Formats: sequence, C-alpha cells, structure tokens
Amino acid sequence: MEPVLLVRYGEVALKGQNRPFFLGTLVRNLEALAGPGVEARARFGRILLTGPAVRQDARAVLERARRVFGVVSLSPALEVPAEPAAILQAAETATAAHLARRAAATFKVDARRADKRFPLTSLDLNRAVGAHLAARFGLRVDVHRPDLTVRVEVRDRAYVATEVVPGPGGLPVGTGARAVVLLSGGIDSPVALWLAARRGLVPVAVHFHSFPFTGERSRQKVLDLARVLATSTGPLRVWVVHFTEIQRAIQLAVPEALRVTVMRRMMMRLAERIAALEGAAGLVTGESVGQVASQTLESIGTIEAATTLPVLRPLSGMDKSEIVARARAIGTYEISVLPYEDCCSLFLPAHPHTHPTRAEAERAEAGLDIPALLTEAVERSEVVTVSPGEQPALAAASVG
Amino acid sequence: MMPERIYLDNAATTPPDPAVIEAMAEVLRTAYGNPSSLHRLGVEAEARVAAARAEVAAALGVAPTQVVFTSGGTEANALALVGAARAYRSRGTHLVTTAVEHSSVLDTLRALAQEGWALTVLPVDRWGRVDPDAVARALRPDTVLVSVMAVNNEVGTVQPVAAIARVLRERRGDGRLPLLHVDAVQALGTLPVPVEDADLVTVSAHKVHGPKGVGALVVRPGVRLVPLLHGGEQERGLRPGTENVPGIVGFGVAARLVREAGDVTPHLRALRARLLAGLRPVEDLVVNSPPDGAPHILNVQVPGVRGETLVHRLEQEGVYVSTGSACHSRDPRPSHVLLAMGLRREAALASIRLSLSRHTTAAEVDAAAGAIVRAAAELRVLAR
Repeated sequence: MEPVLLVRYGEVALKGQNRPFFLGTLVRNLEALAGPGVEARARFGRILLTGPAVRQDARAVLERARRVFGVVSLSPALEVPAEPAAILQAAETATAAHLARRAAATFKVDARRADKRFPLTSLDLNRAVGAHLAARFGLRVDVHRPDLTVRVEVRDRAYVATEVVPGPGGLPVGTGARAVVLLSGGIDSPVALWLAARRGLVPVAVHFHSFPFTGERSRQKVLDLARVLATSTGPLRVWVVHFTEIQRAIQLAVPEALRVTVMRRMMMRLAERIAALEGAAGLVTGESVGQVASQTLESIGTIEAATTLPVLRPLSGMDKSEIVARARAIGTYEISVLPYEDCCSLFLPAHPHTHPTRAEAERAEAGLDIPALLTEAVERSEVVTVSPGEQPALAAASVG
Repeated sequence: MMPERIYLDNAATTPPDPAVIEAMAEVLRTAYGNPSSLHRLGVEAEARVAAARAEVAAALGVAPTQVVFTSGGTEANALALVGAARAYRSRGTHLVTTAVEHSSVLDTLRALAQEGWALTVLPVDRWGRVDPDAVARALRPDTVLVSVMAVNNEVGTVQPVAAIARVLRERRGDGRLPLLHVDAVQALGTLPVPVEDADLVTVSAHKVHGPKGVGALVVRPGVRLVPLLHGGEQERGLRPGTENVPGIVGFGVAARLVREAGDVTPHLRALRARLLAGLRPVEDLVVNSPPDGAPHILNVQVPGVRGETLVHRLEQEGVYVSTGSACHSRDPRPSHVLLAMGLRREAALASIRLSLSRHTTAAEVDAAAGAIVRAAAELRVLAR
C-alpha cells in the first residue's frame, strides 16, 4: 500500500498534436515545483505523483502541487494491487485516516473498473467496499449528499481516495511565450502576473525602483511577492530597474499634469527593451479600467502607444473586490498591504490629466533624451532570479 | 563604492559595545545554568545576574533591590503603568500623562482607559514641554499615577521632571499617591536619570550600547505593583520567567561602561552644536528640537523634502538617520510628537532625526552634515 497523488488535468485544453507537449510540460513542472523527491508520470489520463517525498509527507507535496498551473484537481490516494482484498484494506485505511481528521456520519462509494480483467464489476465493487466500510465504521450510506465519498479506481493497479482538492486549472507555464510583467508592490500586478502565467505564458517580472524615493524595503517587498508567485510559475526572473534618473528627468522637464502619462510611457518603453533582451513576445500589466486617473481608456491608449508589443491586461474586467479575493487566494495580499510602499508620492501631481492624447504626450516628452535615459536605466538594472521555496525577507513594518 | 558607515540613529538603537558582545558570548558558552537551579551552574548564573544588577543599580544610583529586569523599555513601561494602576485601583482610577510620550506609554494608558480608567493627556508647548502647573491642575483626588518621560525620543525635549515631582510631593502630603513614573530610556547615558524624583523609572539596555531584549524598571521601595505575568518568583515575583541571563549580563557591562564614561553631556552637546552649525547652509532649515534639549538628539526640517526620501538618499552615502515618523504607504502618518508641538502635517513629514552616542566623532558629524547639505539641495530641486 503506497501513498500517491492523483493529478487531474484539463482534457478540454488538449488538442491533437499539442497533447504530448502539454502533458510533458505539466509533468516537468510538477516534478520541479512539487519536489524534490517527487516523480511524475502520465498514466491513463491522470498524472501520478510518487516518490520518497510523497511517501514521507503527501500533504506537503499536495500543497505544493495544487499551485501548479494545468492542474484541475488532486487527490491523495493509496495505491494497491488490483485485487479485491487489497482494495478493501486500502479503503479501510483511507477512511480511518479521513475520519481522524474530519467527522462523518454518511458516505458513499464511487468505484470504477477501467480494467475489465478485474473480477468484480463496478457495481459489485461498490457494494463490497460499501458493505465493508459500513460494518467497520458504522457509517450510513447516503448516495445524494454524503459526508464522505470514497473513490476507487481500478486500472492495472487500484487507487483509493477520499478527497478531491481543486487546483488552479489553466495551462502549464512554458506552453506559451515569454511575457514581461510590470510588477509593483501593490495588490493588482501580482494577480495579473499569476493570471498571465495561468495561460501558459512564462513571466519575467520588471520592477521600477526609485531609490531614494523608495527604500530598500520596497525592493524586498517585490522580491517577496515574486517568491510567492514562483511557487506557481517556477524560478522567476525579476528585473529591478533603476528608475530614479527617469523620474528626475520627468520631474524637471515634463508639465505636471502629464507626468504620470509620460512616466507610464517610459515604463512601457523600458519593458519593451527588456522584452527584447529576454526574448519575450508581449507585456502584461495590472491595470484595471477606470480605477485611477491613468486608467481611463484614453489614457491606456496613449500609454500603450509607446510600445509596439501587445499589452495584456488580465484584470481589465475585474472589480477591486475580485482582485483582492484572488490576491488572498494566491497568497500575495498579505505582502502587498505591508505599509512600506512607494513613498514617491512626491512625484504625484495634484491634478493629473485624465484624458491625455498621444500628441499631447509626445509634446510633453519632447525635452527628454529618451534613448539615453532608457539605456542608462536598463544598464543600471539588477536581475534577481527568485526560486520557489525561498523564505520572504520582510516580517512586519518596523517603526523607528 | 563602499561608503564608510556613519550611524546617527542612536535614539533608535545603539551598536552593542564589543565588551558587551564578548561578555554575552562568554555567558552563553559557560554560564548557561538556570539561576533557579539548585546546583553549582545555577548558583553561578544567579551570581552573574546579581553582579549585573549591581552594575545597573550603580549606574543609576539606586539600590540593587530596586532594579527589576524586564524584556525592554516597552515591558518596563507596561509593568509600571498597568502594575500600579491595578495595585492602587481601590484608591483611585485617574491617570495623567503628556501628548508626547512614547507609544508604549500612550497606548498602554489608552488601553487602560478602554478598561475603565480615566486618562488625562496634557498638551505641550512648541518645544514639546509640559507645564508643571498644568500637571498640578490636572490632578484629582483619585489620581493615582502621573507618567512623564525624562527626554523625548524624537526631538530631545527634557521635561521638567523635578518641578513635576515637587507638585506631586505637595499633593501627596504624608501619603504615597499620586505616583510618578518616568520613562528615562533616552536619558540613561546622556543626562542624569531622575531616580530621586520618581517612584518608577524605565530604562533600556540597547539605547546604551547594550543588547536588545532587556530593560529594567526601577521601583522605589514601598511602591506596590501587580505583575503582568504569573508563575514564578523571579525578580521578586514582579517579572516571573527564567532570567535572560546573557541579556542581563550585557546590560550590566553596558551600564558599567556608562558609569566609567562619566559625564558625557558636554561632549555630546559640543557635537550637537557642531552638527547644527554644519547644517546651516541648508536653505530654510527649521530646527524642531528645543535649544535646551537633550545633547544627543537633533530634529530638523528640510521644507519641501520628505523625511523618508532624505533618509534613503543619505543611506546611499552611508549616513544612517531616521524620520520622526514611520512611512505608511500612500498615507504617511506624521509624528504625534511634532503634531503635538504644533507643526503642520507637511512640516512634520519633512523632518528627520539625527541622534548621537558618546562614540560619535567630530569627523562623523562633519561628514554627515555635508551629506545632508548636498542631499537637501539636490532633492529640493525636485520638490516643485
């Protein structure tokens, strides 16, 4: 009797020739993100996770595997030989373990025989397991709303599970292109990165750092966010771009009402340069329509005109409350709300232009030596690769 | 570019003295016994604690039996305030303090107010000073405790503790109430600690080149306190729990060094004057600290420049200072001390605190002043 994890993935996403590529990527990602000590194998329309880490602490492996994109759901299961006696024994063990964690009065058995060589039919197997468990634990059968469902799958081996844990769904990271994601320390952009990666894109994060207007803690905060995201995406490259000189130049040369627009256009240009260096095919931002002045549709258009790359905005249709709920589920919310965010409110004009046109923006930035500013900012960038499993550096706000 | 480090944030914490570190390491290695144990190792640890208590007492000029070790200034303040409020509850429930106290005093008293105690928070003048007459007027027949800090941690205001003590003595007559608690965390090592005037005095090790995690409450004989923690006879039952032996020993060494350093006030005062002179080229510089404040704290304002921006700019050059306030994302909270002194919000947010220790040198002060002058000029350009 061996503890394993059964991983279900989205059949819908599998089309023709993409199937082996999709599966291969998911298997590799699971081994990288659920491990070490985990082997993943595609079997009979499932992925089976086995290995020393699963034998030792299946729950911990499950918690890591459930964050991997492409996983629709998982079940901790017991693997036994496809023999009736062994299956009854496994069902008893699994049920006892389940009842130790959670009380149940009613149950049902959901047994399926995929291997027709198995001597019992699905119905017979249902009855046999049901009768055994009812007698052993004093549970009542309720096929409509049971407290506990014992699932039995019979293949060349048999698998018994009492729990189905949902995964994030989506496509495995690496089935799509690389994309540069603008990552601030706020609530939104980490969610945007997560959603983009869930569509199979390989995210590369870019953070604009304005030391001394933002301190060391805001840089740490972004790296901490990346550490959480990396548990789903795998090792995440974070460009910490030296943005100070650009902000300084904007402050000195751009009319106040257009500073935010020009600042965002410069961010797009920098992201595009980094995309070229990283071989990325597009940009991703955490913008949501109408949330702040720079996010009117006119403003979005003027900002986007600074790049020729496609710009994805996964949050554009979401309400703030939905974004917050998602951020909590991902685990980035608690880090995003830590107080030391950008203290660069020094640069925020009192009355930003909410409907800037491209012509206005181009006139406003005429006094900037844009290529030189971009080159300097990229050259002075620091690239940090954040691995899943690293511990966050910031605990709580410290007050002097 | 590896900048030399100039640490002018000594009011936040001080670097531990090498002698402190050595003594603590030695205790951790060899004297690891529990002072309550019957055997020889316990006796040895107990002796180390006793020796440290004698050192701290000597530095303060009190009897060793008056010193109760705690986990730091915050706990010592809580033990004084909550402990006395509970012990004298049957005699009265009115408490008095000032608007510029450390949050560990103000918030503890506010928590007591939530539980039914009456609290008067006295205003201060433009230099952050409370008027002893205002204390006298605030007293009621049911006042059991007045808490006033010796030296303000943000601007260095020295409170008229002796005058307030006189007010309380007149009010007491033959009785013991109201008690006077003095948070002297910023006074130890820079100015005399008013142990004669106060019934309860808070001190902390890490402000005087000792370790973090240890402080003490000095309790005048006869003052009753209800302990915050229960379950042991350590510290005369006022602070149960196995003693932080290495921390206490470190505090003892730090206290001995304070005593051996003698009167450092003139040295610090001269340095502070030198620092201020060096800052004169800063355009529109406003000095928030009172002219007769503590010798080691200088709080200044560079109008138009955010304090935290200046802090980060200076750290780039290896100069470590602090803001009077904590930076809170889009809603920066100005210092309650500066606001109580009548500063506007923007002025409070444009303030930084420079704080010295007896180890600070004239060269460090000059270099820091130069860096501040340059940074202020540079950042002012961007301040619209």
